[in-house]
Amino acid sequence: MTPVATMIAKELRSYFVSPVVYVVGAVFLSIVGLISYLYIVFAGAQAIQLMQVQGGMAQLNLNDLVFRNLFSSIRFVLLLTLPILTMRLFAEERKLRTFEFLMTSPIGINEIVTGKFMSVFLVFLGLLGLTGLIPLVLSLFSDFEWYPILTGYLGLALLGALFLSVGILASALTENQIVAAFLSFGILLLFWLLAGLGSLLGDTALGQTISYLSFMEHFDHLVRGLIDTKDLVYFFSGLVLMLFLTHRVVEAARWR
Amino acid sequence: MIDVQQVTKRYGQHTALDRVTFRVAKGEVLAFLGPNGAGKTTTMRILTCFMPATEGSARVAGFDCLDQPLEVKRRIGYLPETPPVYQELTVSEYLTFVGRLRGLGGKKLSAAKDREVQRLGLGQVRHRLIGNLSRGYRQRVGLAQALLHDPEVLILDEPTVGLDPKQIIEIRELIKSLAGSHSVILSTHILPEATAVCQRVVIISGGRIVAEDTPEQLSARLRQSDKVSITLKHPPMDAAEQIKSVVGVQNVFPGGSTGTYLLECSLGHDAREEIARLAVTQGWGLLELKSISMTLEDVFLQLTRHEEDLPSDGGPATDRLATALSQSMEQSI
Repeated sequence: MTPVATMIAKELRSYFVSPVVYVVGAVFLSIVGLISYLYIVFAGAQAIQLMQVQGGMAQLNLNDLVFRNLFSSIRFVLLLTLPILTMRLFAEERKLRTFEFLMTSPIGINEIVTGKFMSVFLVFLGLLGLTGLIPLVLSLFSDFEWYPILTGYLGLALLGALFLSVGILASALTENQIVAAFLSFGILLLFWLLAGLGSLLGDTALGQTISYLSFMEHFDHLVRGLIDTKDLVYFFSGLVLMLFLTHRVVEAARWR
Repeated sequence: MIDVQQVTKRYGQHTALDRVTFRVAKGEVLAFLGPNGAGKTTTMRILTCFMPATEGSARVAGFDCLDQPLEVKRRIGYLPETPPVYQELTVSEYLTFVGRLRGLGGKKLSAAKDREVQRLGLGQVRHRLIGNLSRGYRQRVGLAQALLHDPEVLILDEPTVGLDPKQIIEIRELIKSLAGSHSVILSTHILPEATAVCQRVVIISGGRIVAEDTPEQLSARLRQSDKVSITLKHPPMDAAEQIKSVVGVQNVFPGGSTGTYLLECSLGHDAREEIARLAVTQGWGLLELKSISMTLEDVFLQLTRHEEDLPSDGGPATDRLATALSQSMEQSI
């Protein structure tokens, strides 16, 4: 086994013997399930109204009425849940003094950071994969476009990866898990709100720059079925930057 | 095997280590002795490449800790102060993880695991979660971790803390058995441990090495003369002179309270019998006569406690040892 694979195996094991994954998973899936149920019921109510107005069968656009809203809601749920998954990754090691052990093992910081990121990313993909049941079940009863749903899932995966990398950075900064979780909430909310600030400033260079920094616009494109290299570059560069910063922070933690 | 040259470590204004220099030969067991906060852990952290030294160089097995940390880490087994165990894993899972991190796999890994489980008596708890184990077991799991890849160099930070007396003896035997094939540095503040296990002792205090020698030599220095204390009820004015006239008595110092004297006698010549006879025949009212045994513990306490009073230019360790000895003598009266 390579060192990274060893790290991933160990972290996955730690996730699944602790209650965290089960609690976070249960909460995440029930909230997402409830939200999608509500959107579907609203869509149904609108269909009935349309039928009364237009008469006959109304053609509903589930992509617009259900999935776009659903993806936007999941974005918010992810902001609340993913920091809980990442908060332990480095903070716990430092608290329990296993950090020193890791740093004196013949394994690079790169490999530690990559392994930890990959493990939590796999956990997240598993949870996200379970929400795939929603479009699968809906497809039995109705017709909709699969393409924007797949790009929407791509968007969620990229967004989740970015959130997780922010969470890992926050976890490396402190040995207190609560602080780590709260810090990543803060950073993520800030980047969320940058979108509002950007649109407030309008079409100026500054406004555009600020809008670009926020993940909102990039995520929106993917949910609408647009795969633009610019957005992919945003997510990947953000991810790499966060993991690089984590590397630096972990490296610096030894010097104190 | 381990070569530390002029290593200094500063945390901001605070100097944790001040020009520390020592070597450990292949197969040697060295004790690092010092009170809490003396710099033992800092030295070990530098040797294990956990943190870099501010100045100076540290080399392990020929590799520099700063330039080739991975090579150094491969050759070191390290047990930190707190056993670095993951509570959510079983002992077996934990050792598998540790072994794989160090590049062991397959049959080699399971053989290494079996060896350490056997050696440290972990058979019964092999499949239990580490979080449910007692402090002693965790400590042993930590040791198993350090030994797992059979490293050339072992660095053990207070390896016997938290163990019961029987286990302490077992672990000391284990460390002794490692001598010869492994170079070992162990830190401790328990003196008998240092003398029982190690071939050489480094006493460190306030970030500086204050003495370095074999346990035997350190004790031998103490035995340059035998010390006897005597307490008299009615001492005459010239008691000191009269006592000094007894054969074998080299020096007489007045003690702290009246009637108490401290005698330095030549080695191997017990003058107590003669002194007692003198005191009785002269009617001095002999209250107490005892030989003062100075243990390594006394030297250690003196060396580490009176650090500030000693010459700060850091004269030869032997000078400071001598100063400490005389201070210790005066105090023990």
